[in-house]
Amino acid sequence: MWRFIGVRLLQAIPVILVVITVTFFLVRIAPGGPFDSEKAVPREVKAALEAQYKLNLPLFQQYAAYLDDLAHGDLGPSFKYPGRSVNELIAAGFPVTAELGLYALLVALGIGGLAGVCASLKPNTAQDYIPMSLAMIGICMPSFLLGPLLVLLFGIYLDWLPVSGWGDIPGDKILPSITLGAGYAAYIARLGRAGMLEVLSQDYIRTARAKGLPRWQVVFKHSLRGGLIPVVAFLGPAFAGLLAGSFVVETIFQIPGLGRFYVQAAFNRDYTMILGTTVFLSVLIVLFNLLSDILAAWMNPRLRAQFGGH
Amino acid sequence: MALLDVQDLAVSFVTRNGTNKAVDGISFSVELGKITAIIGESGSGKSVACYSLLGLVPMPPGRIDGGRALFEGRDLLKLEETELRRIRGRDIAMIFQDPMTCLNPYMTIGKQLMEPLLYHRKVTTAQARARALELLAEVGIRDPESTIDNFPHEFSGGMRQRVMIAMALINEPKLLIADEPTTALDVTIQAQILKLIAELQHKRDIGVIFISHDLAVVADIADTIVVMKQGQIVETGNREGIFRNARHPYTQKLLAAIPTDSKPPRPGAAEPLIRVQNLCTWFSQGRGREPVRAVNDVSFDINRGEVLGLVGESGSGKSTIGRSILRLVPVTSGEVRFDGTDLTALEGRELKTMRRRMQMIFQDPFASLNPRMTVYDTLAEPLLLHGIETRKSVAQGVLKLMDDVGLARAFVRKYPHEFSGGQRQRIAIGRALATRPEFVVADEPVSALDVTIQAQILDLMQQLSREYGLTMLFVSHDLAVVRHLADRILVLYKGEVVEQGTGDELFERPRQAYTRQLLQSIPGRSLLS
Repeated sequence: MWRFIGVRLLQAIPVILVVITVTFFLVRIAPGGPFDSEKAVPREVKAALEAQYKLNLPLFQQYAAYLDDLAHGDLGPSFKYPGRSVNELIAAGFPVTAELGLYALLVALGIGGLAGVCASLKPNTAQDYIPMSLAMIGICMPSFLLGPLLVLLFGIYLDWLPVSGWGDIPGDKILPSITLGAGYAAYIARLGRAGMLEVLSQDYIRTARAKGLPRWQVVFKHSLRGGLIPVVAFLGPAFAGLLAGSFVVETIFQIPGLGRFYVQAAFNRDYTMILGTTVFLSVLIVLFNLLSDILAAWMNPRLRAQFGGH
Repeated sequence: MALLDVQDLAVSFVTRNGTNKAVDGISFSVELGKITAIIGESGSGKSVACYSLLGLVPMPPGRIDGGRALFEGRDLLKLEETELRRIRGRDIAMIFQDPMTCLNPYMTIGKQLMEPLLYHRKVTTAQARARALELLAEVGIRDPESTIDNFPHEFSGGMRQRVMIAMALINEPKLLIADEPTTALDVTIQAQILKLIAELQHKRDIGVIFISHDLAVVADIADTIVVMKQGQIVETGNREGIFRNARHPYTQKLLAAIPTDSKPPRPGAAEPLIRVQNLCTWFSQGRGREPVRAVNDVSFDINRGEVLGLVGESGSGKSTIGRSILRLVPVTSGEVRFDGTDLTALEGRELKTMRRRMQMIFQDPFASLNPRMTVYDTLAEPLLLHGIETRKSVAQGVLKLMDDVGLARAFVRKYPHEFSGGQRQRIAIGRALATRPEFVVADEPVSALDVTIQAQILDLMQQLSREYGLTMLFVSHDLAVVRHLADRILVLYKGEVVEQGTGDELFERPRQAYTRQLLQSIPGRSLLS
């Protein structure tokens, strides 16, 4: 078990290094720089700024300096928010994004799991077709369309819920969480349905029925665990997708999360901010993939034994 | 009065292609304290009939067309699901065919065992656990205290079936339905499980329905035998009646399918084609642990044109020997000479040329055929790959192969799932023969098949081995099958050869205790010999 985790973490190091390297050079290849603006800046001022942020050094020296700082846990100063470090900005924005992601995940698991299980119990009937058709729409509809539609319906016509902000007015967290979670709810519904159908056709389900167990016990005690393993394995990639998706949702609903800093940083050529956020997110994604793999393996006794955890 | 009295039971399946009468008006009864065997090949409706009694046939597509099934005076077919559920698992319990898939892999066996008891009776968890431990000991699980909290994958197939039996008996049912309970097991384990079922039935004086495709299996235990074919009962009788004077031709055919004879000795000079010397194949278990010695210092020859039988139970290393010869697993040490060339020393292109001369037929024709390739594609691939036929002549080659293995030419564009198990095994044999091999390893090629089909495939293999002049290594756990086909037999135990000889020598004068045990495990020996 520990060995498996150790190996996976070691494997993650080169992956993250590649991410850093590619991002580092890509943002510098992109035309424009952090201190270009429409207003002409005196040459001396610009040179002084570049010197302050080591931008006058050769590219590879900049790269080496960045890696050195990174090794000490320092993501560097932000170019566009003078006086604030990238670490501070991430620390400020991430809790909001994490909260949004968590709620969205709960929405996705709750709605998706329920829909998937319901659909699997009566395949090829209305109970299957209706949630699955909705799921198909959910997958097809991007959040930048769904968000405004929900705002229009619940915020403006019905006037039930606030349409922007985060933690300012009661209920303002509901619409963003649903907007972000909906697409994943749809994926989870489909995965859950397929997993459950697979398990429900197994011989041991017939054994459970032959014992005279009522239907709900057959479903909950005998089927759910095996049927939801694919869903758990999907949670890692889903989390990555949620983080990426949250940038759009944060913009729609004016939420002061990491995503907005990230998008702003890209527009502003805020090199260190772009890099810092990318590194931070890639580390998170690696960790969450690992976590969901461990969880899925833990749910399967056969794999659990291989981990030596039994 | 009979414990269970089934009258004119009819069950059909309604599909888009029409209505299929799976069970077509059958009547039989089961007495307390007696074993009724229902015999028939796959698709004869024997399982559907029993499942429909307990409401375990999915409806739709299933539909009960008529009949009665009186169990203790109540008609099972008329009961509501909630009432039926009270009988299921309490008064009537079931054991299924494959203990690998019939136990829930996500629950400990203890939990699964206690479940019927906790659900049907007012007992505490502690009482249920105590009862589960008692039953595990009774069905022959060693040290139940320490194994009750294990998961199914930690048990062997035979042990799992014992757990299944304990689970069925935990509520002390009056009727036990056993659906092919030994078909997925080795002969030796099968003999143990049969003995166990008969003992438990005798001790509890309950009624048993024993479903099987193999008459020989029930020869020692059944009181009444019901023979089914295509949804109907063709013959019912007591054990002696069926085995001594079967009246219906189908019953006679089933009896004839039980392999009993020995292959006549083969004339001609002995010239070894395969020469295995001191073969060892060990599997590493990771650092610091003893390797598994699957094959340990085994030596034998196979003469040109000879069929060598390799017999042993699961884990005896018999399949590994076959795979080692074909270089499908890495050999630890020793030599395998094919026509004088040491195969263990070959690499790359040379190995590929040699591989063309050797082929393998696998046990499971379901798993070993690509489901997305038609018969034509499956058979044409090796013909083209090894340059045996050209693009122009390949169609003729495929049809010739189909003729040889007894498949109708009309099936050429069909996919594996459209065939029965026996037909699929014919395709697999055709594929193996496509490269005109000199040597074939057949790894349990008939153990997944019904007896009647098994007999047909064995005949086909015998005929083909003559026509193609094949040398064959025939691997099986079933001595009776091997005796029917093989010129010589090696008995394997824990990776080592314990005895060898011709079929008659082994059957009449077995020297080793293990061989004798294998012989005693052959089902229905007493009645057949």
